[in-house]
Amino acid sequence: MLNTSVNLAGVQLKNPVMTASGTFGSGAEYSEFVDLNRLGAVVTKGVANVPWPGNPTPRIAETTGGMLNAIGLQNPGIDVFVKRDIPFLKQYDTKIIVNVCGKSTEDYLEVVERLGDEPVDLLEINISCPNVKEGGIAFGQDPKAVEAITKAVKAKAKQPIIMKLSPNVTDITVMAKAAEAGGADVLSLINTLTGMKIDIQRQCFAIANKTGGLSGPAVKPIALRMVYQVANAVSVPIIGMGGIATPEDAIEFILAGATAVSVGTANFYNPYATIQVAEGIEDYMKQHNCEDINQLIGIVK
Amino acid sequence: MAKYKETAIVLSQEQLSEDIFSMWIQTSHIAKEAICGQFVSIYTKDGAKLLPRPISLCEIEADRIRIVYRVVGAGTKEFSAYQAGDPIEIMGPLGNGFPLKEKKAFLIGGGIGIPPMLQLAKSLNCEKQMVLGYRDAQLFLKKEFEPYGTVYVATEDGSVGTKGNVLDAIAANQLDADIIYACGPTPMLRALKQYAKEQGMECYISLEEKMACGIGACLACVCKSKEVDEHTHVHNKRICKDGPVFAAEEVEL
Repeated sequence: MLNTSVNLAGVQLKNPVMTASGTFGSGAEYSEFVDLNRLGAVVTKGVANVPWPGNPTPRIAETTGGMLNAIGLQNPGIDVFVKRDIPFLKQYDTKIIVNVCGKSTEDYLEVVERLGDEPVDLLEINISCPNVKEGGIAFGQDPKAVEAITKAVKAKAKQPIIMKLSPNVTDITVMAKAAEAGGADVLSLINTLTGMKIDIQRQCFAIANKTGGLSGPAVKPIALRMVYQVANAVSVPIIGMGGIATPEDAIEFILAGATAVSVGTANFYNPYATIQVAEGIEDYMKQHNCEDINQLIGIVK
Repeated sequence: MAKYKETAIVLSQEQLSEDIFSMWIQTSHIAKEAICGQFVSIYTKDGAKLLPRPISLCEIEADRIRIVYRVVGAGTKEFSAYQAGDPIEIMGPLGNGFPLKEKKAFLIGGGIGIPPMLQLAKSLNCEKQMVLGYRDAQLFLKKEFEPYGTVYVATEDGSVGTKGNVLDAIAANQLDADIIYACGPTPMLRALKQYAKEQGMECYISLEEKMACGIGACLACVCKSKEVDEHTHVHNKRICKDGPVFAAEEVEL
């Protein structure tokens, strides 16, 4: 009997496979392709206190082995989210992780407090979106700011909190330690890497925002390296993400020290990716006579 | 309406003009579900090109679909090299499709916006006038429209039909109708929206934008809408899911 179950701050997931925020909506669109009951957790797209319209188009561009996006956290705000998206996800036997975004500490806290009485398992605090002018990454690139926002959120949150870290820093372990010092229960990394593409025919930026966040297989080696570094720098569990598209990718992150993994950009080109990763992890465990996935976490030193 | 991602089979590939190709594809599910005005996402075999290419449906039959597409980059260049018997990864049918109204109609296509008008011409049961805008004398698909109504042509270089755009052709031929269905470049759609407003005509336009997921999750392909949208409750409709066909007065171009 295989044990694929992992624990994140007291929340037991049936398997380590989750969705990366912003790539899966709140699951409704992908429920036409995958059985959400088979996922360890669904991580929703970022939700703010009020609706955000997001950035002008074009919002995305393809790059070699990856893509740039600058959606700008378009979201319906917490009122619609609580009425529509949480009841939708409650129909399924999967854990609900809500990604929270804001332009100020007060914005984050308003959403966190609203979610206090909702049937939500974990909160993921997005301090690493590179595509919004205020908030987002501004909180994630200075260790003092990381610790302060983490402390503030932790003081109000009824659910365990995940701090989502940016790779757009000199040393991600500094930010990871700051989040841990602030009381983070879990860390998730990485958010996207800030990049750029220019359309040489039109001689303009490919994305209206000029820069966008790079994701997809192209970023996987960087993400894996950062997960490994952070796993060896903090004691809280880590959710690893960045270019995971196959079971093999996911296993690499787990061996590097991730307790759980998120499938992101791969959903866009393979709507079945999450389930294929979950199934493939089981196959790998059988092939390697591993009865408990927890025995694989961080064993490559 | 169910959506499928399937490995379909190329039935034929034909070059219609310098950079326009026509491909018939046999599908297990998509053709059965598809309606005119919808599109499919087509995936390249090159793993370094992650995102599918959204391409409109030109014709739909019981177990096969036809796409007519322009080679604009490496992805569509790859598609153009596919031969009968090759597998092709596609997802669909996607989007809402055209509303079929029995009114005297203009079917207006500009450039690579012409192909989706062919299935519409076949599906609409009313008096139809096709107004097709081309760059030059390479009049791809024109003959195929002729069984379904009168075809008027505008060319940018004036080599065939009316010199100018589709509105120039409508004026030159003194045409009128009660409803417009259109697909083509944004400046053309913007002009048609204005024309329809002045004439008091109903007008449906099919839009395009860079897409990632194609199913309404990633929020990449939004357009500005007059009304608050149902997803985010702002003024952003998703072209892939709420469109690609919109009532012209509903969207800002």
